[in-house]
Order: sequence, then C-alpha cells, then structure tokens
Amino acid sequence: MRKSLLRALAAILIVAAAGMWLAAGANRGWSKTSVPVKRTDEVTGLTVDDYQKRFVPGIDFLGAALLGSGILAGASFLFRANQPQT
Amino acid sequence: MTNHTTHMKTKGYLLLALACLSSAALAAPETFDFKDPKGVNNATFKLDAPLEALSGNATGISGTVTFDPAAPAATTGKIVVASSSMHVGNPMQQQHMLSDKWMDAAKFPDISFEVKELKNVKTTGDVTTADITGTFTLKGISKEITAPVKFTYLKDKLSQRVPNQKGDLLVIRSTFNIKRSDFGIMPGQMEEKVSDTIELTLSIAGASPQ
Repeated sequence: MRKSLLRALAAILIVAAAGMWLAAGANRGWSKTSVPVKRTDEVTGLTVDDYQKRFVPGIDFLGAALLGSGILAGASFLFRANQPQT
Repeated sequence: MTNHTTHMKTKGYLLLALACLSSAALAAPETFDFKDPKGVNNATFKLDAPLEALSGNATGISGTVTFDPAAPAATTGKIVVASSSMHVGNPMQQQHMLSDKWMDAAKFPDISFEVKELKNVKTTGDVTTADITGTFTLKGISKEITAPVKFTYLKDKLSQRVPNQKGDLLVIRSTFNIKRSDFGIMPGQMEEKVSDTIELTLSIAGASPQ
C-alpha cells in the first residue's frame, strides 16, 4: 500500500513539475522570480527593462522535481511487497 | 548729417554686440542632470555563461554632464551608477552578484565614469558621435577606458517629458566591454561558469531646465 502511494506521489510530482515548466514557457535557463518587461520613453527613444515579480521555472526547478521524484520512488523500494496470505 | 552718421554707426555696433552676445548665449555649454524622474535611464550588463547569459540592469543613475552642442568635444562630466540597483531575474544570482565576493555593493556603492576627453567627434544634425576617454571606477579600482559614444541633443524637448518645465534634453548611448578581472571581481576564478568579459550598455537621458 505504502509502496504504491510513494510511487504514485513520485509520478504526480514529476508530471506536475513538467506541466508547470511547459505552461510557463519551457524556460531552458535558470528559474527566475522576476522577469523583464520592456518600456520605451517616446521622447528620448530610450528603452528600459522593468522587472516584474513573476515565477518562471527553469531547468533547476525540473531537476529538483526529478530529484524529489527519484527519492520518493527509491523510498518505495524500502517497503516489502505484500505477501499473499496462505 | 555727421551726427546722424555717428548715431547710425553706434546703433550698428550695438546691434552687432547684441547679436554676438545672443549667439554666445545660445552656444553656451549646458549642464544636464541625469537623475531621471521617469526611471528610464539604465545601464545593462551581460556576461556569457554556459547555460544562459547572465544579464540584468541597473537603474540607479545620477551625475551631471556639461555639453555644448556647438562644441561637443569640450564635454565634461561624471555618471554614477548605484551598485545596489543592479538586478537580475534569478534571486540566487542576485544575492551572489551583490555579495562581497563579486560586486561587494555594501563596500563599493558606486560605479562611475568621469569624462577626460573626446576624440573623432562628428556631428550630424542633433546627433554627435565620438570616442570618449575617461576614468571608469568599479569595485574601488579606477582605469582609463575609451568607448564609442552617441549624444543626441533634443532642444526644447524637456517639456514633453516634464510638464511645465522648459529646457533641453541630452540622450547618451554607449556600449563597451570591460574585463571583470581588471576590476578585482573574482579575477581568474569561475571563468568556466561566468565569462571574464562584461558587455555594458549605457542608455541615459539628462535634463537641462531653463
């Protein structure tokens, strides 16, 4: 029972993390907590990147999810499979 | 008749003197303040790295530049960037960048460039390009550097940015490279993770109210 639960959690974790990463634009760089948004001054023609708070998961986020998932899946092997009752 | 001629001559000299004075006043150097109420002034930085380039900007710009559109080669001034205003999107990189190992923003709050001289000055209309030489100070180390610069003089345009404020604007743009090892930023270390070369781009506008 515990074995199945841990394996299910591992699968949910990796699928959820991959889904979140894809939905946020599949950023192949590092995770970010703020993203640049361009603003142009019409009089001078200068452009500035204003940083707005937004979480964008990167490959480190995927890596952490994969690690967590691996730990959960690995822990499931610590439990014995239920022996059929005789 | 003689009196009339003398009177006309005096009037002529007076007009000439006035014309000279007014043209001198028009060509007078102006001092531009680069503290921007619109928050558009910025300096961007970019360092190559294996996964993705480390890039960000700094918006804490101040300083003054004295610029004469009739004699741009005589430009003087100093631009200061607050180290603490440097920003990158990743919080861990942000923390490392401002720490004592990299920028040491607490101990060295200012990055500055002070103009020494301009060479190869070319003016077309409101735009002047030149090679600017000056003292660049970063992390307490000063070095003389030369960089290409572009000045755009926008006469009477200040009121379009700041209502009810007459005056002129000066836009300065420059892109140049420095080496972090020249300024004591982790010299010879972690070059496989973050390049030694830093590309800097300055995009700033100063105001000269009248």
